[in-house]
Amino acid sequence: MINSRLREALQGLGGFGLLAREVFASLLSRKPDRRELVYQFFYLGLKSQAVVLITGAFTGMVLCAQTYFQFHKVRMETATLAVVAVSMLSELGPVLTALMVAGRVGASLAAELGTMRVTEQIDALRTLATHPVDYLVVPRFVATTLALPLLTAASIVVGIGAAFGLAVFYLDIDPTYVWHRMLLYTNTGHVLTGLIKAFIYGAIIALISCYKGMTCGEGAEGVGRATTEAVVYSSITILISNFFLTLFLDRVLAP
Amino acid sequence: MIEARDIRKSFGPQTVLDGVSFRIEKGESVVIIGRSGGGKSILLKHLIGLIRPDAGEVLIGGEPISQMNERELLRVRHKFGMLFQGAALFDSLSVAENVGFALRRERKWTGAEIAHKVAEALEMVDLPGCELKKPSELSGGMRKRVGLARAIIYQPEIVLYDEPTTGLDPIVADSIDQLILRVCGRMQVTSLVVTHDMRSTRRVGRRIMLLHEGRIYVTGTPDEIFNSTDPVVSRFVNGISDLKENVVEPQKL
Repeated sequence: MINSRLREALQGLGGFGLLAREVFASLLSRKPDRRELVYQFFYLGLKSQAVVLITGAFTGMVLCAQTYFQFHKVRMETATLAVVAVSMLSELGPVLTALMVAGRVGASLAAELGTMRVTEQIDALRTLATHPVDYLVVPRFVATTLALPLLTAASIVVGIGAAFGLAVFYLDIDPTYVWHRMLLYTNTGHVLTGLIKAFIYGAIIALISCYKGMTCGEGAEGVGRATTEAVVYSSITILISNFFLTLFLDRVLAP
Repeated sequence: MIEARDIRKSFGPQTVLDGVSFRIEKGESVVIIGRSGGGKSILLKHLIGLIRPDAGEVLIGGEPISQMNERELLRVRHKFGMLFQGAALFDSLSVAENVGFALRRERKWTGAEIAHKVAEALEMVDLPGCELKKPSELSGGMRKRVGLARAIIYQPEIVLYDEPTTGLDPIVADSIDQLILRVCGRMQVTSLVVTHDMRSTRRVGRRIMLLHEGRIYVTGTPDEIFNSTDPVVSRFVNGISDLKENVVEPQKL
């Protein structure tokens, strides 16, 4: 039992590794289909905007309120926005955006490719002398990997903006002070940390979800399971890698 | 043209192909018959490299393909067109985009040339003017025709048909058979049909092979097969079940 579980897990990792290698080889050796790329960018990126912006705004505001409640006790209100900005830039922005996108895009990628697999459409592609990685995976990978930093940036901007609005208009903190403090405590390193993380999370979501879709089991049950696993594995991988990325990037990007 | 040498394939404990060997010459029209779930479609997929055999070799035009990687196989697959059981049309694309798919991927044709060839291919399968429809708007028979148009537009040397008439009414099934004959006649292709539809077998087969218990049990002309006195063959072509076997069958599957 344990043996077969372990073998299955190792097989999965191996398959995932081979898919990743194939994707990078394809990226380096041939141009992706531009029409497909634009469509995926629109579908996976632009259409995720609303959910990501809402996440950003409310996370920024709740973080601002909570920080204020604590800092108010020690009369440090003007540092509120600095805390919000640093956390949004380097942790909450990229991670929450990635988790939301993993739910939306990961599920849709796995379901789409999984359905194509069970209805033999992927086999049909192969008989039409088209490598499924070139035609299906690469455009989705590129679109998600490029879209996620942009979505993260938008989410961070909206989050900090909403927090600033809350701080000034609701919590009555002095706008000049709070803004100045924020600029004082945030630096390029924080911005870069967030964007680099987002880029990596985009790749993680696309690769895991496409892998799950391409290898999904038979029938509706197979597609359902692939979809769930795509979201769960993407989310867990993001959360675990986030910890290590934070330690690593702090060392590399420390001012 | 196509040669299978002792192909073996198992899925878990179940052996599906147990040493299948045959040769198909250029321009031949061959039908493989056999029980449902007997490995006919699996065999067909071996010939185009969609599935790798556990043992044995497939040769296409003298070239062994079983050890090729996916990229090398793409080159070999240019020779093939394949019609899938459920047609396997790309449901996000229109009929015209489906049919012209292979040409668009080659990137050596202009849009107008592709549109012209698509119209020609649709004409050939008796579906002119339905370029803009989506696969979801088509009936089962129409989907198979579009699938066939997609498989023959780039004039392959070999066309594989996976249960082309399954699930269609007898009249539509007959029209698909006529199309298979038309494609075979006009384009001089080697065609290989996998089916358990005996009417269809009689119409399109010049040579018939019976796949039984993972092996090619017998090969012959339609007359030889349909007049055979061998109990396995005659029971299959006449559709007579064996009561004892019926009791055993569910466990075996």
